[in-house]
Amino acid sequence: MATSSRLDAKIPQGSLEDKWEKYKSSVPLVNPANKRNIEVIVVGTGLAGASAAATLAEMGYKVKAFCFQDSPRRAHSIAAQGGINAAKNYQNDGDSVHRLFYDTIKGGDYRSREANVHRLAEVSGNIIDQCVAQGVPFAREYGGLLSNRSFGGVQVQRTFYAAGQTGQQLLLGAYSGLQRQVGMGTITMYNRHEMLDVVKIDGKCRGIIARNLITGELERHSAHAVLLCTGGYGNVFYLSTNAMGSNVTAAWKAHKRGAFFANPCFTQIHPTCIPVSGEHQSKLTLMSESLRNDGRIWVPKKQNDTRAGNAIPEDERDYYLERRYPAFGNLVPRDIASRAAKERCDAGYGVGTSKLAVFLDFSAAFHRYGQGEANKNNITNASESQILEWGKAVVKEKYGNLFDMYKQITGEDPYEVPMRIYPAVHYTMGGLWVDYNLMTTVPGLYSLGEANFSDHGANRLGASALMQGLADGYFVIPITVGAYLAGEIRTGHISTDHEAFVKTEKEVKDRIEKLISIQGNTSPELFHRRLGKIMWDKCGMGRNEKGLKEAIVEIRALREEFWKDVKVMGKIGDFNPELDKANRVADFIELGELMCIDALTRNESCGGHFREEYQTEEGEALRDDENFMFVSAWEHIDSEKWELHKEDLVYDNIKIAQRSYK
Amino acid sequence: MSAGNMRLTLKVWRQSNTNTQGGFENYNLDGVSPDMSFLEMFDILNEQLIEENKEPVAFDHDCREGICGMCSMFINGQPHGPLKGVTTCQLHMRSFQDGDTITVEPWRAGAFPVIKDLVVDRDGFDRIISAGGFVSVNTGNAQDANNLPIAKEDADDAFSAAACIGCGACVAACKNASAMLFVSAKISQLALLPQGQAERSIRAEKMVAQMDAEGFGNCTNTHACSAECPKEISFENIARMNREYLGAKVSSKAV
Repeated sequence: MATSSRLDAKIPQGSLEDKWEKYKSSVPLVNPANKRNIEVIVVGTGLAGASAAATLAEMGYKVKAFCFQDSPRRAHSIAAQGGINAAKNYQNDGDSVHRLFYDTIKGGDYRSREANVHRLAEVSGNIIDQCVAQGVPFAREYGGLLSNRSFGGVQVQRTFYAAGQTGQQLLLGAYSGLQRQVGMGTITMYNRHEMLDVVKIDGKCRGIIARNLITGELERHSAHAVLLCTGGYGNVFYLSTNAMGSNVTAAWKAHKRGAFFANPCFTQIHPTCIPVSGEHQSKLTLMSESLRNDGRIWVPKKQNDTRAGNAIPEDERDYYLERRYPAFGNLVPRDIASRAAKERCDAGYGVGTSKLAVFLDFSAAFHRYGQGEANKNNITNASESQILEWGKAVVKEKYGNLFDMYKQITGEDPYEVPMRIYPAVHYTMGGLWVDYNLMTTVPGLYSLGEANFSDHGANRLGASALMQGLADGYFVIPITVGAYLAGEIRTGHISTDHEAFVKTEKEVKDRIEKLISIQGNTSPELFHRRLGKIMWDKCGMGRNEKGLKEAIVEIRALREEFWKDVKVMGKIGDFNPELDKANRVADFIELGELMCIDALTRNESCGGHFREEYQTEEGEALRDDENFMFVSAWEHIDSEKWELHKEDLVYDNIKIAQRSYK
Repeated sequence: MSAGNMRLTLKVWRQSNTNTQGGFENYNLDGVSPDMSFLEMFDILNEQLIEENKEPVAFDHDCREGICGMCSMFINGQPHGPLKGVTTCQLHMRSFQDGDTITVEPWRAGAFPVIKDLVVDRDGFDRIISAGGFVSVNTGNAQDANNLPIAKEDADDAFSAAACIGCGACVAACKNASAMLFVSAKISQLALLPQGQAERSIRAEKMVAQMDAEGFGNCTNTHACSAECPKEISFENIARMNREYLGAKVSSKAV
């Protein structure tokens, strides 16, 4: 194998530990006077987008930021619950930059780039410093120092958190930085705007076409660089933990304009979500992985056991994660925990009315914490019920909002009965292919955060998405964008009267007019549900050749039907959420096809990509390093036509092994 | 559990845009399940409207897990409906009875103009944050995070204030359309932390000035805001804000 000549990852020379330091001191700079004349567009205002926009504006660039929500503070990073990793080693438990690097590569099942991941680990500590300085109220110990907890796939405590609302607090920190620059006039913020295309002039990305979602007007915006920080594409499955508005449109438009799409089939199914309750379900809600610090996962030992959880005695419970993976127990990585839950349910041990659920049980934690409180207060004669009360109070402080949310959604009180959980689509490791600078294959077009593919391989570890989003935005792009923009100081302002803007805007306008003129019989929502079902059944937790081939045929037929039969109500020049949705669903359908093609091409199992034909005797993912140790980067050629380019993954610094958490 | 059998009458505010007069429309809805969320019930209403070739009801929503602050329905006279500490998206139909008539309106406040149907413009909140709801620290200037210990109680109190989701229910609940709970939550968070001290006075002055400029009303201590807040932000924050503001004004050099 050899890396395609079309893919240059631009990884700096030198030893792994020195690459980033050396790069930083040798990358071209843009002087302050020139920065004032250079414009940067940031699309999306989640952790990656808000932190990038704020930092670039602080440095002196002229920034325009876009989000489809009514405020940049609403981006879906806000919903991240459990925490953010950093190699601070505050717990003195043997953590280090190298260990975070190693855990991430291993957790990703050896399908991510060494240099990028090492850089991520190197800057992780700075992120915590920056957030604390902004006034992010992380959880603290009584001594006033920061508190940590554990996440899956890791044997140290390196996760910083703010109750079950870490994403909210980090995003509000980045948002405050962004709004500060808005107040100073260095960022122009465009709320309720959706990017609908990328504009290229002479091969370089020179701007975007955006739609004002209130008036329906199309707008041209030019810039010397465009940063897509637009999140993942989990909503291709219809049901996921993503927000209702989360979509792939910006990344997909970039893809169709020449940005390669990498590893689209690498999707993360999160093991602990609230199970589906009926046909009406519009989204799924995560129960944070942090709960697996204290909750124990089990199913009845007896098949088709219909007893309530509390009625099943201890010796009739199968703590299957602790049984199968004694070294990591309930804290195995997400892909492994998800498959193990599916395996038990498929074998007839599931619980609840749908039988598609397992228990997440806190009774042992209530007891342990309650006893701890009793010991702390020198109470030796506490009753069992008192101990449980105290234990519940401790758990409430750690996870109160999650327990409340569970109760609100299911109508059951998790302080009294074990939670029922089941895996659900959560995150997408795949995304736009980027080089070390986070630039896509289109010069001047960058991708940050979940929207790119770079750091998590085939499976992301918990609490690493927040880390990557903020690393990219605060510490990586502000440095790496200079390498390109230093060459743009003579460009001057880019006119939006250029024919490329006119032509691209016309194409966007034509598509919108087409969508609204079809006036068929089926709403965008119903098409989305049908796509989601195909994807979940045939490109979900388990995939096989036959199913994927069927899915590709079905998706192509669905696309054809969509463009003949979609029914979009309302007007073009108006606030019209139906039109927004139709636009997004059309792109999801095309992406779905590529995901299936990618999954079909990758004849191995790794991380979240589980091809049923390739598994060990014990049912674990069976990688094929000899033939598939590469990044799949897909070039869009035409409708239903893509070309695969491969980037070889080279591991100079760690030993490749079969991933074991036993 | 999927096929529900609740029947409802919905009285929904419809308004084409900011400049037109709105009014209530009545809709009958069958097949509602008690396990549905309030917004999923609206999804069904909208699918029904599309089938009847009518324009669906526009409403704001995104995360549907009670944290983004986008959903904003005024349900039977209460922002986010009848439950305490719950957003519209986390409200489930089991909180209603078969046969109920439910009235749904947008947030009502001069500073939150209606964009369409149940969607309002809350940009004023962003402008208030831009006026001073931050610590002026550029990326890369921070010292080690553990160099400055913060008492757990202070960190916890700051967190409780920082839990505000910026939905605007406090404004909708207040007869004066006051935004003081929102503004005071941010002022409190930063006043309680050592990182917020340098700009403590100027922050209070500037944020309050912007709040007034946006046209939000004053506080008359009815406590409706904190009673209706889906994140149960404490009314104490307003007392703290008043103290911060007064202290700032007494020694003010600016504004």
